[in-house]
Amino acid sequence: MAVADGVQLLGRRTLKAISGLGRAGLMLWGAIVRQPNFKKGLPLLLKQIYVVGVQSMVIILVSGLFIGMVLALQGYNVLVEFGTEESLGPMVALALMRELGPVVTALLFAGRAGSALTAELGLMKSSEQLSSLEMMAIDPLKQVVAPRFWAGVISMPLLALMFTAVGIYGGHLVGVEWKGIDSGAFWSILQASVEWRQDIVNCIIKSGVFAFVVTWIALYRGYHVVPNPEGISKATTQTVVQASLAVLALDFLLTAMMFAR
Amino acid sequence: MSTRKIELFVGMFLLAGIAAFLVLVFKVANIEVQSADSRYQLTARFDNVGGLKVRSPVKVGGVVVGRVMDIHLDPDRQEPVVTISIDRKYSFPETSSLAILTSGLLGEQFLGLTPGFVDDDIAMLDDGDRIDDTRSALVLEDLIGQFLYSVSNKDE
Repeated sequence: MAVADGVQLLGRRTLKAISGLGRAGLMLWGAIVRQPNFKKGLPLLLKQIYVVGVQSMVIILVSGLFIGMVLALQGYNVLVEFGTEESLGPMVALALMRELGPVVTALLFAGRAGSALTAELGLMKSSEQLSSLEMMAIDPLKQVVAPRFWAGVISMPLLALMFTAVGIYGGHLVGVEWKGIDSGAFWSILQASVEWRQDIVNCIIKSGVFAFVVTWIALYRGYHVVPNPEGISKATTQTVVQASLAVLALDFLLTAMMFAR
Repeated sequence: MSTRKIELFVGMFLLAGIAAFLVLVFKVANIEVQSADSRYQLTARFDNVGGLKVRSPVKVGGVVVGRVMDIHLDPDRQEPVVTISIDRKYSFPETSSLAILTSGLLGEQFLGLTPGFVDDDIAMLDDGDRIDDTRSALVLEDLIGQFLYSVSNKDE
Protein backbone atom coordinates (compact mmCIF):
# COMPACT_ATOMS: atom_id res chain seq x y z
CA MET A 1 0.00 0.00 0.00
CA ALA A 2 2.80 2.36 0.97
CA VAL A 3 4.59 1.58 -2.30
CA ALA A 4 1.47 2.30 -4.31
CA ASP A 5 1.08 5.63 -2.49
CA GLY A 6 4.67 6.51 -3.29
CA VAL A 7 4.20 5.71 -6.96
CA GLN A 8 0.97 7.72 -7.02
CA LEU A 9 2.76 10.69 -5.44
CA LEU A 10 5.50 10.47 -8.05
CA GLY A 11 2.89 10.37 -10.80
CA ARG A 12 1.02 13.34 -9.37
CA ARG A 13 4.21 15.40 -9.08
CA THR A 14 5.20 14.58 -12.65
CA LEU A 15 1.77 15.49 -14.03
CA LYS A 16 1.87 18.74 -12.08
CA ALA A 17 5.30 19.60 -13.43
CA ILE A 18 4.25 18.85 -17.00
CA SER A 19 1.00 20.80 -16.74
CA GLY A 20 2.93 23.70 -15.22
CA LEU A 21 5.30 23.64 -18.20
CA GLY A 22 2.31 23.55 -20.52
CA ARG A 23 0.64 26.51 -18.83
CA ALA A 24 3.89 28.47 -18.91
CA GLY A 25 4.22 27.72 -22.62
CA LEU A 26 0.63 28.73 -23.31
CA MET A 27 1.14 31.98 -21.38
CA LEU A 28 4.23 32.80 -23.43
CA TRP A 29 2.46 31.85 -26.65
CA GLY A 30 -0.51 34.06 -25.83
CA ALA A 31 1.71 36.93 -24.77
CA ILE A 32 4.23 37.14 -27.57
CA VAL A 33 3.20 35.08 -30.56
CA ARG A 34 -0.52 35.69 -31.06
CA GLN A 35 -1.20 38.84 -33.13
CA PRO A 36 1.29 41.35 -31.79
CA ASN A 37 0.18 44.99 -31.76
CA PHE A 38 3.24 47.20 -32.02
CA LYS A 39 1.50 50.55 -32.00
CA LYS A 40 -0.34 50.00 -28.75
CA GLY A 41 2.45 48.01 -27.14
CA LEU A 42 5.31 50.50 -27.51
CA PRO A 43 4.40 52.96 -24.71
CA LEU A 44 3.78 50.02 -22.36
CA LEU A 45 7.11 48.51 -23.37
CA LEU A 46 8.97 51.77 -22.72
CA LYS A 47 7.41 52.02 -19.25
CA GLN A 48 8.50 48.47 -18.47
CA ILE A 49 12.02 48.95 -19.83
CA TYR A 50 12.23 51.87 -17.44
CA VAL A 51 11.10 49.76 -14.48
CA VAL A 52 13.03 46.61 -15.35
CA GLY A 53 16.12 47.96 -17.08
CA VAL A 54 16.84 51.53 -16.07
CA GLN A 55 16.13 50.95 -12.40
CA SER A 56 18.40 47.88 -12.37
CA MET A 57 21.26 49.87 -13.85
CA VAL A 58 22.73 51.15 -10.59
CA ILE A 59 23.09 47.76 -8.96
CA ILE A 60 24.48 46.26 -12.19
CA LEU A 61 27.06 49.01 -12.68
CA VAL A 62 28.21 49.00 -9.07
CA SER A 63 28.51 45.20 -8.93
CA GLY A 64 30.30 45.19 -12.28
CA LEU A 65 32.86 47.68 -11.04
CA PHE A 66 33.52 45.79 -7.83
CA ILE A 67 33.65 42.35 -9.45
CA GLY A 68 36.14 43.65 -12.01
CA MET A 69 38.25 45.14 -9.23
CA VAL A 70 38.17 41.98 -7.12
CA LEU A 71 39.05 39.79 -10.10
CA ALA A 72 41.99 42.02 -10.91
CA LEU A 73 43.21 42.01 -7.32
CA GLN A 74 43.01 38.24 -6.94
CA GLY A 75 44.40 37.62 -10.41
CA TYR A 76 47.29 39.96 -9.75
CA ASN A 77 48.31 38.08 -6.60
CA VAL A 78 48.63 34.83 -8.55
CA LEU A 79 50.04 36.20 -11.80
CA VAL A 80 52.76 38.27 -10.11
CA GLU A 81 54.35 35.06 -8.83
CA PHE A 82 55.05 34.03 -12.42
CA GLY A 83 56.01 37.51 -13.52
CA THR A 84 53.12 37.59 -15.98
CA GLU A 85 51.02 40.29 -14.33
CA GLU A 86 50.60 41.93 -17.77
CA SER A 87 48.19 39.09 -18.62
CA LEU A 88 45.79 40.51 -16.05
CA GLY A 89 43.86 42.31 -18.81
CA PRO A 90 42.82 39.22 -20.79
CA MET A 91 42.15 37.32 -17.57
CA VAL A 92 39.69 39.91 -16.30
CA ALA A 93 38.15 40.58 -19.72
CA LEU A 94 37.70 36.95 -20.74
CA ALA A 95 36.32 35.92 -17.34
CA LEU A 96 33.82 38.78 -17.47
CA MET A 97 32.79 38.30 -21.07
CA ARG A 98 32.55 34.57 -21.19
CA GLU A 99 31.04 33.85 -17.78
CA LEU A 100 30.66 36.49 -15.11
CA GLY A 101 29.07 39.23 -17.21
CA PRO A 102 26.03 37.28 -18.40
CA VAL A 103 25.72 35.04 -15.31
CA VAL A 104 26.05 37.60 -12.52
CA THR A 105 23.84 40.02 -14.44
CA ALA A 106 21.19 37.31 -14.75
CA LEU A 107 21.40 36.43 -11.05
CA LEU A 108 21.17 40.09 -10.01
CA PHE A 109 18.39 40.63 -12.50
CA ALA A 110 16.44 37.67 -11.08
CA GLY A 111 16.81 39.11 -7.59
CA ARG A 112 16.19 42.75 -8.47
CA ALA A 113 13.68 42.69 -11.34
CA GLY A 114 12.41 39.10 -11.48
CA SER A 115 11.09 39.07 -7.93
CA ALA A 116 9.48 42.48 -8.48
CA LEU A 117 7.73 41.23 -11.62
CA THR A 118 6.39 38.18 -9.79
CA ALA A 119 5.17 40.19 -6.83
CA GLU A 120 3.53 42.81 -9.05
CA LEU A 121 1.76 40.26 -11.23
CA GLY A 122 0.83 38.14 -8.22
CA LEU A 123 -0.77 41.09 -6.46
CA MET A 124 -2.58 42.08 -9.66
CA LYS A 125 -3.97 38.59 -9.84
CA SER A 126 -4.99 38.26 -6.21
CA SER A 127 -6.66 41.69 -6.20
CA GLU A 128 -8.45 40.53 -9.35
CA GLN A 129 -7.09 43.28 -11.56
CA LEU A 130 -6.27 40.72 -14.22
CA SER A 131 -9.85 39.40 -14.23
CA SER A 132 -11.24 42.93 -14.45
CA LEU A 133 -9.06 43.56 -17.49
CA GLU A 134 -10.58 40.48 -19.04
CA MET A 135 -14.07 41.77 -18.14
CA MET A 136 -13.27 44.90 -20.15
CA ALA A 137 -12.25 42.68 -23.07
CA ILE A 138 -8.59 43.55 -22.69
CA ASP A 139 -6.28 40.58 -22.95
CA PRO A 140 -4.10 40.71 -19.80
CA LEU A 141 -1.48 38.63 -21.62
CA LYS A 142 -1.14 41.37 -24.22
CA GLN A 143 -1.56 44.31 -21.87
CA VAL A 144 0.41 43.15 -18.84
CA VAL A 145 2.57 40.12 -19.59
CA ALA A 146 3.91 40.85 -23.09
CA PRO A 147 5.47 44.29 -22.39
CA ARG A 148 7.16 42.97 -19.25
CA PHE A 149 8.52 39.99 -21.11
CA TRP A 150 9.98 42.02 -23.95
CA ALA A 151 11.33 44.61 -21.53
CA GLY A 152 13.28 41.85 -19.76
CA VAL A 153 14.57 40.32 -22.98
CA ILE A 154 15.72 43.71 -24.31
CA SER A 155 17.18 45.04 -21.07
CA MET A 156 19.27 42.14 -19.86
CA PRO A 157 21.76 41.85 -22.74
CA LEU A 158 22.29 45.61 -22.53
CA LEU A 159 22.83 45.34 -18.78
CA ALA A 160 25.27 42.45 -19.29
CA LEU A 161 27.28 44.51 -21.78
CA MET A 162 27.40 47.43 -19.36
CA PHE A 163 28.42 45.10 -16.55
CA THR A 164 31.27 43.69 -18.63
CA ALA A 165 32.51 47.07 -19.86
CA VAL A 166 32.44 48.57 -16.37
CA GLY A 167 34.10 45.43 -14.96
CA ILE A 168 36.99 45.74 -17.39
CA TYR A 169 37.47 49.36 -16.36
CA GLY A 170 37.36 48.20 -12.72
CA GLY A 171 40.13 45.74 -13.54
CA HIS A 172 42.03 48.54 -15.26
CA LEU A 173 41.60 50.69 -12.17
CA VAL A 174 43.16 48.11 -9.86
CA GLY A 175 45.75 46.73 -12.29
CA VAL A 176 47.03 49.93 -13.84
CA GLU A 177 46.30 52.70 -11.34
CA TRP A 178 46.92 50.80 -8.15
CA LYS A 179 49.27 47.90 -8.92
CA GLY A 180 51.23 49.76 -11.58
CA ILE A 181 50.90 47.49 -14.60
CA ASP A 182 51.80 49.33 -17.79
CA SER A 183 48.64 50.73 -19.34
CA GLY A 184 49.77 50.03 -22.90
CA ALA A 185 50.60 46.41 -22.13
CA PHE A 186 47.27 45.95 -20.34
CA TRP A 187 45.24 47.06 -23.35
CA SER A 188 47.37 45.56 -26.12
CA ILE A 189 47.52 42.07 -24.60
CA LEU A 190 43.81 42.31 -23.87
CA GLN A 191 43.04 43.29 -27.45
CA ALA A 192 45.21 40.51 -28.82
CA SER A 193 43.35 37.81 -26.93
CA VAL A 194 39.71 38.93 -27.10
CA GLU A 195 37.93 37.95 -30.25
CA TRP A 196 34.77 39.54 -31.56
CA ARG A 197 32.85 36.41 -32.59
CA GLN A 198 34.08 34.04 -29.91
CA ASP A 199 33.77 36.35 -26.94
CA ILE A 200 31.47 39.32 -27.51
CA VAL A 201 28.82 37.64 -29.66
CA ASN A 202 28.72 34.66 -27.32
CA CYS A 203 28.34 37.04 -24.36
CA ILE A 204 25.28 38.59 -26.02
CA ILE A 205 23.80 35.20 -26.96
CA LYS A 206 24.25 33.94 -23.42
CA SER A 207 22.61 36.90 -21.77
CA GLY A 208 19.78 36.79 -24.33
CA VAL A 209 19.04 33.18 -23.38
CA PHE A 210 19.24 34.01 -19.66
CA ALA A 211 16.94 36.99 -20.15
CA PHE A 212 14.35 34.82 -21.88
CA VAL A 213 14.41 32.18 -19.14
CA VAL A 214 14.53 34.49 -16.11
CA THR A 215 11.73 36.75 -17.33
CA TRP A 216 9.60 33.80 -18.38
CA ILE A 217 9.93 32.12 -14.97
CA ALA A 218 9.20 35.38 -13.15
CA LEU A 219 6.08 36.10 -15.21
CA TYR A 220 4.79 32.53 -15.02
CA ARG A 221 5.19 32.44 -11.23
CA GLY A 222 3.33 35.74 -10.92
CA TYR A 223 0.60 34.97 -13.42
CA HIS A 224 -0.26 31.60 -11.89
CA VAL A 225 0.12 32.61 -8.26
CA VAL A 226 -2.07 31.17 -5.48
CA PRO A 227 -4.02 34.37 -4.79
CA ASN A 228 -3.24 35.01 -1.12
CA PRO A 229 -0.34 36.64 0.78
CA GLU A 230 1.36 33.33 1.44
CA GLY A 231 1.08 32.36 -2.21
CA ILE A 232 2.69 35.61 -3.33
CA SER A 233 5.60 35.27 -0.93
CA LYS A 234 6.11 31.67 -2.03
CA ALA A 235 5.95 32.60 -5.70
CA THR A 236 8.52 35.38 -5.24
CA THR A 237 10.91 33.02 -3.49
CA GLN A 238 10.40 30.38 -6.15
CA THR A 239 11.13 32.90 -8.90
CA VAL A 240 14.52 33.76 -7.45
CA VAL A 241 15.46 30.16 -6.66
CA GLN A 242 14.30 28.63 -9.92
CA ALA A 243 15.61 31.44 -12.10
CA SER A 244 19.04 31.28 -10.44
CA LEU A 245 19.25 27.50 -10.79
CA ALA A 246 18.08 27.65 -14.40
CA VAL A 247 20.68 30.30 -15.19
CA LEU A 248 23.52 28.29 -13.68
CA ALA A 249 22.48 25.04 -15.36
CA LEU A 250 21.96 26.72 -18.73
CA ASP A 251 25.30 28.47 -18.35
CA PHE A 252 27.04 25.13 -18.13
CA LEU A 253 25.20 23.86 -21.21
CA LEU A 254 25.92 27.00 -23.23
CA THR A 255 29.57 27.05 -22.18
CA ALA A 256 29.93 23.42 -23.18
CA MET A 257 28.41 24.20 -26.57
CA MET A 258 30.32 27.43 -27.20
CA PHE A 259 33.78 26.86 -25.78
CA ALA A 260 34.36 23.09 -25.77
CA ARG A 261 36.70 22.07 -28.57
CA MET B 1 6.41 60.27 -13.42
CA SER B 2 5.69 61.90 -16.75
CA THR B 3 5.90 59.96 -20.01
CA ARG B 4 8.58 62.30 -21.30
CA LYS B 5 10.84 61.60 -18.35
CA ILE B 6 10.39 57.85 -18.70
CA GLU B 7 11.12 57.96 -22.40
CA LEU B 8 14.17 60.08 -21.71
CA PHE B 9 15.53 57.58 -19.21
CA VAL B 10 14.82 54.62 -21.50
CA GLY B 11 16.60 56.40 -24.32
CA MET B 12 19.59 57.03 -22.07
CA PHE B 13 19.53 53.37 -21.00
CA LEU B 14 19.61 52.16 -24.59
CA LEU B 15 22.41 54.60 -25.42
CA ALA B 16 24.41 53.37 -22.41
CA GLY B 17 23.94 49.78 -23.61
CA ILE B 18 25.07 50.66 -27.10
CA ALA B 19 28.03 52.59 -25.68
CA ALA B 20 29.05 49.53 -23.65
CA PHE B 21 28.77 47.40 -26.79
CA LEU B 22 30.94 49.81 -28.77
CA VAL B 23 33.53 49.92 -25.99
CA LEU B 24 33.72 46.13 -26.00
CA VAL B 25 33.93 45.92 -29.78
CA PHE B 26 36.41 48.68 -30.52
CA LYS B 27 38.40 49.13 -27.32
CA VAL B 28 38.54 45.52 -26.18
CA ALA B 29 38.21 43.28 -29.24
CA ASN B 30 39.87 45.90 -31.45
CA ILE B 31 38.34 44.48 -34.61
CA GLU B 32 39.94 45.74 -37.75
CA VAL B 33 37.50 47.40 -40.09
CA GLN B 34 39.33 46.94 -43.35
CA SER B 35 38.14 45.97 -46.77
CA ALA B 36 39.62 42.95 -48.53
CA ASP B 37 41.40 45.01 -51.19
CA SER B 38 43.55 46.81 -48.64
CA ARG B 39 45.47 43.58 -48.07
CA TYR B 40 47.17 40.98 -50.23
CA GLN B 41 47.67 37.31 -49.62
CA LEU B 42 50.84 35.25 -49.75
CA THR B 43 51.48 31.57 -49.16
CA ALA B 44 54.48 29.78 -47.73
CA ARG B 45 55.41 26.16 -47.13
CA PHE B 46 56.96 25.01 -43.90
CA ASP B 47 58.27 21.68 -42.64
CA ASN B 48 56.68 22.26 -39.26
CA VAL B 49 54.43 25.10 -38.12
CA GLY B 50 54.71 24.27 -34.41
CA GLY B 51 52.20 26.27 -32.38
CA LEU B 52 51.36 28.81 -35.08
CA LYS B 53 47.64 29.63 -35.16
CA VAL B 54 45.20 31.34 -37.47
CA ARG B 55 45.23 35.09 -36.59
CA SER B 56 48.83 34.91 -35.35
CA PRO B 57 50.66 38.13 -36.26
CA VAL B 58 53.23 38.53 -39.03
CA LYS B 59 55.97 40.88 -37.88
CA VAL B 60 58.83 42.72 -39.51
CA GLY B 61 61.32 43.82 -36.91
CA GLY B 62 58.63 43.60 -34.24
CA VAL B 63 56.03 45.62 -36.17
CA VAL B 64 52.81 43.80 -37.05
CA VAL B 65 52.28 43.99 -40.83
CA GLY B 66 49.72 41.22 -41.30
CA ARG B 67 48.08 38.10 -39.94
CA VAL B 68 47.94 34.38 -40.60
CA MET B 69 44.68 33.66 -42.43
CA ASP B 70 44.78 29.91 -42.92
CA ILE B 71 46.92 26.87 -42.14
CA HIS B 72 46.36 23.62 -43.98
CA LEU B 73 48.25 20.55 -45.12
CA ASP B 74 49.13 20.24 -48.81
CA PRO B 75 47.77 16.75 -49.57
CA ASP B 76 50.31 16.04 -52.32
CA ARG B 77 53.51 17.04 -50.57
CA GLN B 78 52.32 16.37 -47.01
CA GLU B 79 53.60 19.77 -45.94
CA PRO B 80 51.83 22.52 -44.03
CA VAL B 81 50.92 25.54 -46.17
CA VAL B 82 50.38 28.86 -44.39
CA THR B 83 48.37 31.66 -46.01
CA ILE B 84 49.09 35.15 -44.68
CA SER B 85 47.54 38.47 -45.55
CA ILE B 86 49.72 41.58 -45.53
CA ASP B 87 48.67 45.20 -45.38
CA ARG B 88 48.89 46.97 -48.78
CA LYS B 89 50.91 49.72 -47.11
CA TYR B 90 53.90 47.39 -47.03
CA SER B 91 55.55 45.66 -49.93
CA PHE B 92 58.47 43.26 -49.82
CA PRO B 93 60.83 41.87 -52.47
CA GLU B 94 60.49 38.21 -53.47
CA THR B 95 63.85 37.45 -51.85
CA SER B 96 62.25 37.92 -48.40
CA SER B 97 62.19 35.03 -45.96
CA LEU B 98 59.73 33.86 -43.31
CA ALA B 99 60.57 32.24 -39.98
CA ILE B 100 58.36 30.98 -37.19
CA LEU B 101 59.53 32.67 -34.00
CA THR B 102 58.45 32.60 -30.39
CA SER B 103 57.94 35.71 -28.27
CA GLY B 104 59.85 34.91 -25.10
CA LEU B 105 60.70 31.41 -23.98
CA LEU B 106 57.14 30.17 -23.54
CA GLY B 107 55.19 32.85 -25.38
CA GLU B 108 52.95 32.77 -28.41
CA GLN B 109 54.43 31.91 -31.79
CA PHE B 110 54.40 34.41 -34.66
CA LEU B 111 55.78 34.74 -38.16
CA GLY B 112 58.87 36.87 -38.55
CA LEU B 113 59.34 38.30 -42.03
CA THR B 114 62.85 39.36 -43.03
CA PRO B 115 62.84 41.63 -46.11
CA GLY B 116 65.35 40.55 -48.75
CA PHE B 117 67.60 42.61 -51.03
CA VAL B 118 66.19 44.61 -53.91
CA ASP B 119 67.80 44.51 -57.37
CA ASP B 120 66.76 45.35 -60.91
CA ASP B 121 65.53 41.85 -61.74
CA ILE B 122 63.88 41.23 -58.34
CA ALA B 123 60.10 41.68 -58.36
CA MET B 124 57.96 42.73 -55.43
CA LEU B 125 55.65 40.16 -53.82
CA ASP B 126 52.01 40.48 -54.85
CA ASP B 127 48.68 38.74 -54.25
CA GLY B 128 48.93 34.95 -54.56
CA ASP B 129 52.73 34.78 -54.57
CA ARG B 130 54.66 32.22 -52.58
CA ILE B 131 57.60 32.82 -50.29
CA ASP B 132 60.06 29.96 -50.79
CA ASP B 133 62.69 30.81 -48.20
CA THR B 134 61.14 29.62 -44.93
CA ARG B 135 62.44 28.47 -41.59
CA SER B 136 60.30 26.15 -39.47
CA ALA B 137 59.38 26.43 -35.84
CA LEU B 138 61.88 25.44 -33.20
CA VAL B 139 60.20 22.64 -31.34
CA LEU B 140 61.53 22.64 -27.81
CA GLU B 141 60.94 18.91 -27.32
CA ASP B 142 62.99 18.04 -30.44
CA LEU B 143 65.84 20.26 -29.24
CA ILE B 144 65.87 18.58 -25.84
CA GLY B 145 65.79 15.18 -27.56
CA GLN B 146 68.78 16.06 -29.76
CA PHE B 147 70.65 17.47 -26.79
CA LEU B 148 70.11 14.34 -24.70
CA TYR B 149 71.12 12.18 -27.67
CA SER B 150 74.37 14.06 -28.20
CA VAL B 151 75.18 14.01 -24.49
CA SER B 152 74.64 10.27 -24.23
CA ASN B 153 76.78 9.68 -27.36
CA LYS B 154 79.66 11.61 -25.83
CA ASP B 155 79.77 9.36 -22.78
CA GLU B 156 80.62 6.26 -24.79
